[in-house]
Amino acid sequence: MSARAGGGHSTRSRPKAARAPTLDREHGLELLREMLRIRRFEERAAELYSLAKIRGFLHLYIGEEAVAVGVMQALTPDDGIVATYREHGQALARGLPAGSLMAEMFGKANGCSHGRGGSMHFFDISRRFYGGYAIVGGGMPIAVGLALADKLQQRMRVTACFFGEGAVAEGEFHESLNLAALWQVPVLFLCENNLYAMGTPIAQELAQTDIHLRAESYGIPAQAVDGMSVLDVEAAARVAAEEVRSGGGPRFLELRTYRYRAHSMADPDLYRTKEEIEHWRERDPIALFETRLREASLLTDADVATLESDIATELDEAVAVAEAGPLEPTEDLLKDVYTPTGA
Amino acid sequence: MTTVKLTYREAVRAALSHALATDERVFLMGEDLGGYGGAFAVSLGLLDEYGPERVRNTPLSESGFVGAGIGAALGGMRPIVEVMTINFSLLALDQVVNNAATLHYMSGGQMSVPLVVRMATGGGRQLAAQHAHSLEAWYAHIPGIRALAPATVDDARGMLLAAVEDPDPVFIFEHATLYPLEDEVEEEPRPVDIAHAIVRREGMDVTLVTYGGSLGKCLDAAEQLQQDGIEAEVIDLRTLRPLDMSTVLASLAKTHRIVIVDEGWRTGSLAGEISAQIMESGFDLLDWPVQRLCSAEVPIPYAKHLEDAALPSAGRVAALVREMAI
Repeated sequence: MSARAGGGHSTRSRPKAARAPTLDREHGLELLREMLRIRRFEERAAELYSLAKIRGFLHLYIGEEAVAVGVMQALTPDDGIVATYREHGQALARGLPAGSLMAEMFGKANGCSHGRGGSMHFFDISRRFYGGYAIVGGGMPIAVGLALADKLQQRMRVTACFFGEGAVAEGEFHESLNLAALWQVPVLFLCENNLYAMGTPIAQELAQTDIHLRAESYGIPAQAVDGMSVLDVEAAARVAAEEVRSGGGPRFLELRTYRYRAHSMADPDLYRTKEEIEHWRERDPIALFETRLREASLLTDADVATLESDIATELDEAVAVAEAGPLEPTEDLLKDVYTPTGA
Repeated sequence: MTTVKLTYREAVRAALSHALATDERVFLMGEDLGGYGGAFAVSLGLLDEYGPERVRNTPLSESGFVGAGIGAALGGMRPIVEVMTINFSLLALDQVVNNAATLHYMSGGQMSVPLVVRMATGGGRQLAAQHAHSLEAWYAHIPGIRALAPATVDDARGMLLAAVEDPDPVFIFEHATLYPLEDEVEEEPRPVDIAHAIVRREGMDVTLVTYGGSLGKCLDAAEQLQQDGIEAEVIDLRTLRPLDMSTVLASLAKTHRIVIVDEGWRTGSLAGEISAQIMESGFDLLDWPVQRLCSAEVPIPYAKHLEDAALPSAGRVAALVREMAI
């Protein structure tokens, strides 16, 4: 499959093999559980969208779970996260309660953004989750600013900035990388390269499809990573986050992945072939990792059944939380346009 | 009260210096702020005093550094960002409209963005159509931000200090012709009220409502009109969002005639908004139709006679008032 035709990542520069992390059963189960949670959450969200419980735009993360879960292993609770409108995976992996996310998508006042944001705009400042940004590239300068604040206040923490490869064509991408490199601020750029900017294949949007090379041109150490391998993502993210945290300046990972669902629930997905999607399903990050755990005798059928059952229970509860949640009173429509002051 | 004579430029600089000296969260960021001293020499000398970390030169990346200001504000800092001119600020509008203005509301009140963005606005210096427009009404259109237009030396300093204390994004529009303006002010810098308009000159016959670079023109017009026996009241709006209409309506209740002088273009202007609010809340007070004096609907031209013809002037304000059958 040629990159030009879409559907394939660059073959000119291949992801470097990650150092094999030691994989124990506990950590393996944790990674699998987090990826499965995201997948099942997204499947549930799609069903609820069909039932019109969730409205607006809904962008699913199915296929990209290894990216959010792998990266999150490298972050501490002090680190900050800036994400995109396809941020359910990051939010769940960061520990935002599934019920608060589901309630947000139901437009309820107990949602993580009090029903003001919906699927594309999850916020939870108590977890330093600085939001889903729905203007492509728009979160990137904010991530640089958060990192600048940390640097100015001598705080040793990382701001993780997620964005898609579509953002690479935006001016804000270049401005942000340049500022971050110029000022050596502690930001970890995480490009989720899923090959399509909405429906436009990467070869039609970027003259240079090896995105990590663009970061290197700003003097930011960068590498491509197999984004379908949670262990590769975790290993690369741990190294990069540590370098950022210890004052090494920005780092950049190009995480090569694929989304199995359409861009959003509104997208008829006319621009990809079934064969291409099937090809990528053979690289399903969850199935691959499950196989790996089984081959290492770290996973049993009973484990999977327990995981699935626990997750189903969690999601049932999440939906119940959303259903039971109150609507914000319409009288509060104008509340929080400005910050209330003591006066 | 000890007073000191300052230019508008020095007053802004004094506010910046005061904020840097008294609040360690404050830092400045913008194009040519450092060695150059700012395009309008406002920050001259501050680099030497506070160093390059706190007086931060930026590349020509308006969206990048305004967005970084938002992020730094979220991260606990109090950034004061300078954008050279309002025309350049258009490059940062995504960050302003989609992020700065929305984040408090869209996060359900979880986050606030205590960011100050200053920029020069307006014409009158023969800089043509990419450096001389008055687009502050666009900012005043946006809920979630405050838009200030200091027209005096005292306000140039005091409104900036108030803006730094504000928990939300505040945009300050400094008319480029005001920087050399000189006045006596209190020696000690202090924040001033940023919620209300103010009557700059009292009069019984007609109300002139204006802001920023047009205040001086309206005061000059009032002097000219006085010679004709017409007493004009001049209101300086000071804050363009949220608008303080109560001061405008109180004056109208006294004069029953009103002219709005606004350097923006008439179509879709702040003058149009004020006029509409008068129709809604003060229609019965009017003895004459609301009049507007705005810039001609052209890209601001370079040639002096054409630029003069395009912008409001004291003479045209006075002429308009004389037609109002006072």
